Amino acid sequence: MDFSSFLLMRHEIILLAIILLLVVAEVSIANNKKNSIVHLAIFLFGIHTIIGFLKMNYGNLFGGMFHTNELIQFFKNILNIGVLILLLQSGDWIEEKILQQQRGTEFFILIFSSLLGVYFMISAGDFVMFYLGLELSTLPLAALAAYDITKRLSSESGIKLILSAALASGASLFGISLLYATTGSIYFAEISEAITANNLTILGFVFFFAGLGFKISLVPFHFWTADVYEGAPVSIATYLSVISKGAAVFILMILLFTVLKPLMAIWENIIYVIAIITMFVGNLFALRQQNMKRFLAFSSIAQAGFILLGLITGNQLGSATVVYFVLIYVFSNLAAFGVVQAISLQTGKENMKDYEGLYRTNPNLSLVMMLALFSLAGIPPLAGFFGKFFLFTAAASKGYYLLVFLAVVNVTISLYYYLLVVRAMFLRKNENAIPYFKSKIYMRLGLLITAVGILFIGLYSPLYNYIHELSKSFFN
Amino acid sequence: MDILSLFIIVPIITILVLVFTKNLKQARVVSMLGSVVQLVMAINLVFAYFNERVVNDNIMVFTKDVVWFEHFNIHYNIGVDGISVALLLLTAIVVLAGIFISWKMYDLPKEFFMSLIVLSVGVYGFFISIDLFTMFVFFEIAVIPMYLLIGIWGSGPKEYSAMKLTLMLMGASAILLVGILGIYFNSNADGGALTFNILEIAQVNIPYEAQKLFFPLTFIGFAVIGALFPFHTWSPDGHASAPTAVSMLHAGVLMKLGGYGVFRVAMYLLPLGAIDWSWVFIILSVIGVVYGAFSAIRQTDLKYINAYSSVSHLGLVLFALLMLNKTAWNGAILQSLSHGFMTALFFALIGMIYERTHTRDISKLGGLLKVIPFISVIYVIAGLASLGLPGFSGFVAEMNIFVGAFQQKDTFMRVATIFSISVIVITAVYILRVVGIMLMGPVKNEAFLKLKKVTWYERFGILLLLIPIVGIGVAPLWLSDMILESLDPFIKGLL
Repeated sequence: MDFSSFLLMRHEIILLAIILLLVVAEVSIANNKKNSIVHLAIFLFGIHTIIGFLKMNYGNLFGGMFHTNELIQFFKNILNIGVLILLLQSGDWIEEKILQQQRGTEFFILIFSSLLGVYFMISAGDFVMFYLGLELSTLPLAALAAYDITKRLSSESGIKLILSAALASGASLFGISLLYATTGSIYFAEISEAITANNLTILGFVFFFAGLGFKISLVPFHFWTADVYEGAPVSIATYLSVISKGAAVFILMILLFTVLKPLMAIWENIIYVIAIITMFVGNLFALRQQNMKRFLAFSSIAQAGFILLGLITGNQLGSATVVYFVLIYVFSNLAAFGVVQAISLQTGKENMKDYEGLYRTNPNLSLVMMLALFSLAGIPPLAGFFGKFFLFTAAASKGYYLLVFLAVVNVTISLYYYLLVVRAMFLRKNENAIPYFKSKIYMRLGLLITAVGILFIGLYSPLYNYIHELSKSFFN
Repeated sequence: MDILSLFIIVPIITILVLVFTKNLKQARVVSMLGSVVQLVMAINLVFAYFNERVVNDNIMVFTKDVVWFEHFNIHYNIGVDGISVALLLLTAIVVLAGIFISWKMYDLPKEFFMSLIVLSVGVYGFFISIDLFTMFVFFEIAVIPMYLLIGIWGSGPKEYSAMKLTLMLMGASAILLVGILGIYFNSNADGGALTFNILEIAQVNIPYEAQKLFFPLTFIGFAVIGALFPFHTWSPDGHASAPTAVSMLHAGVLMKLGGYGVFRVAMYLLPLGAIDWSWVFIILSVIGVVYGAFSAIRQTDLKYINAYSSVSHLGLVLFALLMLNKTAWNGAILQSLSHGFMTALFFALIGMIYERTHTRDISKLGGLLKVIPFISVIYVIAGLASLGLPGFSGFVAEMNIFVGAFQQKDTFMRVATIFSISVIVITAVYILRVVGIMLMGPVKNEAFLKLKKVTWYERFGILLLLIPIVGIGVAPLWLSDMILESLDPFIKGLL
């Protein structure tokens, strides 16, 4: 094995290098100049994102523990873009709030470590690597959720996250061990050949699925979501709902479509039921939320339910639509959370009531928020519509018309609560509306990118075609 | 650039220009110019269509086909036949009239005109689409601006009405989506590829079971926006709360999407389903016709009267479509057009009356003929057109509908027809009641004596709508020729 084969891990190596660079920067930059760390981190990560798009080789490493291909590279790039936008959106927050507490660098190190874990998780070729990635991606998040040390809720959410995450990982690990017991291997490639549908494998699968379901916040593994989102800093809530969830969906898809394909008759039914309850619970609970972060938490639970409509197909069309949907979801959700972040940073307000009359004082922010919500609700010509339509098409292609029908009922329910926010911003008049403010350049850039993405990703069909081709080569 | 894509591109350019306008004056001039261009294009299209028809006997002309999402076989595929040309003309006229009527929109003018034009993009796109997916996209684009238009610029319980309207229409379109997917996945029944192309699907023999399952979904999905009883409840509230121009556009144009969609998608693509299910929907539409008319009698708010009258008139459109013959269908399309102009005119007049007297309650109004004669006379004319007086568009339409309906010989159809004909009398009652109370008699309020004159832009908007009403009434033949020859492919599916 020569050195060049390590280049397969290009994403991981560069990110690790950035983390180490930041450690060096932390000790070598004087305390009163620490805000240059923010610029440095964002700059480095921007470079990393661009490098990610360059052509690379694909293959296996470490005897198949780690593998990468075009679809995985593409997905890592989606996550990179998401994290980059997230960093842009939280740059101001770190400069204004966190640097004074001397903890700016740690924020970046933790978030990059978690992303590193995500990379390993989706590149995993066996269950050990998968589990390592899962843990590496989760543990820093608990620290990050508790990052707002001036707030009690934040510490509470950190504790909640670490406890429930530990439980979920435990369940997952137990499931993996059962799968190992029945198939005698931890390598994905070998398991997919050896696995048969007997009671023990099904039990193993269920435990394993529960662990991942926790990360995607599927009902009934969703109880931590709203509380953690509410207490955690907005950036971390964003990360949890966008990056962490997106990655978990992706690895679940890979596992279901390749390794666990022989069990399809089983997991089809499980996903069918969970999709329905996830959509309904997410949507119905979102109806009454007043806090914007809790609101978006339930909205993202409901969106996860929609994603399952693509997963249930178990075919290449499903995988293409899921990846496409996640890409669009990243942009839409980042836009919504970005606006929440901007307002929360400026005024400390996070309730829907505070948003009343926002359009008359801050038209641009309200427009971005409206685009984001309409995209999440699936209104054309915004990207979210295409994502949803294709997911439903994928499910209908397998004849799940009833499921699609229930999903469109849920789309209508979800439209109601998205419109509640639009109502507050556009329809209501308010004497004490949040006064006009101008965010800093990072935040504006972040919101601009998401808005442009929401407007044009859907209309630009070559992007979908590209994803379609990638998943074709992967799953056929 | 082809002649039809311009119908989408011009409004989009108008919207982009609107972004840079600073005040009401600039905004209204820009939107007016954009809409005038659209109207010129629509009139030009009518002539171009007649010329093209002579040499081209395809179902759709001026077609353009660009692959959009190749894996789903989704195309940006546009084209028109006689029906869509007529409806495009209707849209162009009503939009321009609506902009004239909102000449003094002081609150957030830029946003108002932008939303209005976004809505019109949706409508234009809907009428020219041949691809189901594209059609569905435009359908939703047309619906969603209504929420802001009613919610921000409306009156009365506007938040409630806006929410109700949006949820009911979007809920319907969600059901429609299932129907469309059902059609899509059965479009390869004859062994071809899956397609969203309406013309291609029409050639396919979709299995009977599938037609039976997906027809009601598709039909209801469209018919909700066409105010099918019992899904019409969004319409009176929505109309009553909406600002004038939005009521005009909504009743005049947007509700036509329902009838058009039912005809072009549900009945054209699923003819066996249509035959199977027609009795259910005939009953519902007859109830709508009669119920709408009776409700209109009991209302005192002018807008509610007109809204229920719309439920009744559009019920007649659905009824005529379900009669499954060309005469009735011709009547249905003519009724759509006639009702579009007429009801837009009504709402414009109601808006003008309300702006002057600050009430829409007919019991508080009286003797308006003496104080605002122009508005009052036009109101009478619109009323006469609405109750189907010969010489106006309403007569031509209803004549065709009932002649067509009587061609159906079995008892059930006869009974339904007789019920729906009774609406002619009821319509006369509620129209003449309003005319009597509101326009005739002594002036009820001193303040009415000093009402302000009708301005030039109001006259302009009114005349724009009045001309086609009289025009269709006096010379309907060119229009019904254009429509009738486009009906042939539809009837083939039923034979």
